[in-house]
Amino acid sequence: MLEIKNLNVSLEEEEKQILKGVDLTVEAGKVHAIMGPNGSGKSTLSYVLAGRDGYEVTDGSATLDGTDLLDLEPEERAAEGLFLAFQYPVEIPGVGNMTFLRTAVNAQRKARGEEELNAAEFLKLVRAKAASLKIDADMLKRPVNVGFSGGEKKRNEILQMAMLEPKMCILDETDSGLDVDAMKLVAEGVNALRDEGRAFLVITHYQRLLDHIKPDVVHIMADGRIVKTGGPELALEVEENGYGDILAAVA
Amino acid sequence: MGLALEKDDPVAALVDRLSRDGTDGGWAAEARSAALSRLAGMGLPGRRDEYWKFTNPAPLTAAAAADVAAMPDETADVFAEATPLRLVFVDGRFDADASDALALDGLEIETLATAQAADIHWARDVYGVLEAAGQSPVERPLAALNSAVARDGIVIRATGQVTRPVQFHHRHTAASADCAVHHVIRVEEGAALTVLETGAAAARFNKVMEVEVADTGRFNHVRIQGRDRERLAATHLFARLEAESAFKSFTLTVNGALTRNECVIELTGDDATAHVAGACIGEGDFHHDDTVFITHDAVNCESRQVFKKVLKSGATGVFQGKILVQPDAQKTDGYQISQGLLLDDDSQFLAKPELEIYADDVVCSHGSTCGAVDETSLFYLTSRGISKEDATDMLVLAFVDEAIQEIEDDALADVIRAQLAGWLDRRRG
Ligand SMILES: Nc1ncnc2c1ncn2[C@@H]1O[C@H](COP(=O)(O)OP(=O)(O)OP(=O)(O)O)[C@@H](O)[C@H]1O
Ligand SMILES: [Mg+2]
Repeated sequence: MLEIKNLNVSLEEEEKQILKGVDLTVEAGKVHAIMGPNGSGKSTLSYVLAGRDGYEVTDGSATLDGTDLLDLEPEERAAEGLFLAFQYPVEIPGVGNMTFLRTAVNAQRKARGEEELNAAEFLKLVRAKAASLKIDADMLKRPVNVGFSGGEKKRNEILQMAMLEPKMCILDETDSGLDVDAMKLVAEGVNALRDEGRAFLVITHYQRLLDHIKPDVVHIMADGRIVKTGGPELALEVEENGYGDILAAVA
Repeated sequence: MGLALEKDDPVAALVDRLSRDGTDGGWAAEARSAALSRLAGMGLPGRRDEYWKFTNPAPLTAAAAADVAAMPDETADVFAEATPLRLVFVDGRFDADASDALALDGLEIETLATAQAADIHWARDVYGVLEAAGQSPVERPLAALNSAVARDGIVIRATGQVTRPVQFHHRHTAASADCAVHHVIRVEEGAALTVLETGAAAARFNKVMEVEVADTGRFNHVRIQGRDRERLAATHLFARLEAESAFKSFTLTVNGALTRNECVIELTGDDATAHVAGACIGEGDFHHDDTVFITHDAVNCESRQVFKKVLKSGATGVFQGKILVQPDAQKTDGYQISQGLLLDDDSQFLAKPELEIYADDVVCSHGSTCGAVDETSLFYLTSRGISKEDATDMLVLAFVDEAIQEIEDDALADVIRAQLAGWLDRRRG
């Protein structure tokens, strides 16, 4: 589904290379996890895939079901079915969460040639999904992420994902800031979406999330590259020994 | 006219152009000639006046104004849900046939011409009086000009809780319309009144509204200016607020080659509040100037100024806002914020925020910012599939909402939001 080949990325503002040849393929129906030390380029990879400004792709490619992602605007990538749950969800004062969600859902439906949801249909849908993530009506009414706790912001990301039903979901440290119960809720939200036509790329530092969302493949990223790929046991190894041994072995 | 002016004097030329025949009772003749001598004493504003540093007054003071194609009448009914008493002005002239009957529970209402024709009238204590008081410490000659010539306008004395708003609706039909309109309002003790203003008025529009609010009175004002692109407008809102009164004025402006909205408020009674807010959106040949002067002259009063300007393709936004706190105005709470949102590099926002404080026990703050659309917010919205244009509009609406929130009545605020969203939509075609 997601195919990344030799992706090289530098910052636009300064001459600094961050991704140094990332190769990664995520198949439909699978969950891949990426772990790696701070600053290794995990968020950069997710931003570049989602289309954030400020990065320059100097080499390589990224496609989603064969469509070249790197040529598209962020909204076009979203319409193709890409979704990024942000490591740091953005607060937008003055834009109501509901308005935001509805505009997003209908924009994507429109882009795919589907009927827009009317207010009543939308409300019913959002209420049901919000309830399963324990997001109350008050949070839906407030401006996007404004005044949300860290954990509430992460749950709000998953709510957006549940509403948009993307086929390629990238979760950047969605577990950070979540308490144990919230982590379960989020994992349930993700697991509910798991199906054959959908894939996940889960960026995390901790095994704990992977206890709930069982990955098929685990990658280790270091200094802008995927340096090791393995099964779920790789995450356990990181949990026990840190990155020292793995990085020493590939050096 | 009562005062001799040189024939080629630009003041005389303007007075001549804007004057209309009418009957003046004793008080009106006096007020008019007093205004004329004020004007003659001051002369017209020029480019070198400090108060006009950011806005070139020439088009407003020229002997003639360029024609402006008439606008379709599109805002007459925007406030229909509030069931206003609608009074219609066509090219600056009151049109009784197109208007509702001049009668409403809780107020006395008549045309300015009727009041002027009377020999004795309560309006003598307000007409040209608040304007004259507002000439110091800064001169506002275009307002004196208006007092000297105006024959059209509405005179209202609110004596109770007026449940329906009064709407002044303007229609612009003649391309050459160049006019002066003057409203006089007194809100008596304990009374409440809401005034709405809508419609494109004229090629060049000079408007004055004088509002006196007695103890515990409440006055709310919501105005929509636009969408006529080439119009010139100079408006003045003068208010005098007595004890425990509350005053709120909000203006939404879309388009306009040159708009200068001045608001001059004096808080003369203890515990009074004054909120003035504005949101404007313009692109290209758009120059919008909000000039506000609030004087605190009593104890424990509160004032707020909230102005937001969205500018694009060479548009200019100006804000001059002053809070003057007189020596006895202790416990003053003054707040002022002006912000420009530049949608490209060609536009500019010029701000001159000023505090002048002579009392020691006061809380006053002011801030002014100018910036582009927040890239991170834009990315967040577009990453959810919202187009860049829609996302920008959402952020524009969010930006101006702080000003819209100053509107007292939530339903009226929602009308403004809807109107603005509609206009943004339309602009994109
Ligand atoms: N806009 C930027 N300006 C300067 N440096 C940047 C920028 N974006 C990323 N970097 C740098 O690129 C490197 C990779 O950052 P990135 O956020 O992708 O790391 P990460 O793997 O997600 O780390 P973490 O686990 O801490 O979230 C870091 O050294 C970071 O400082
Ligand atoms: Mg990161």
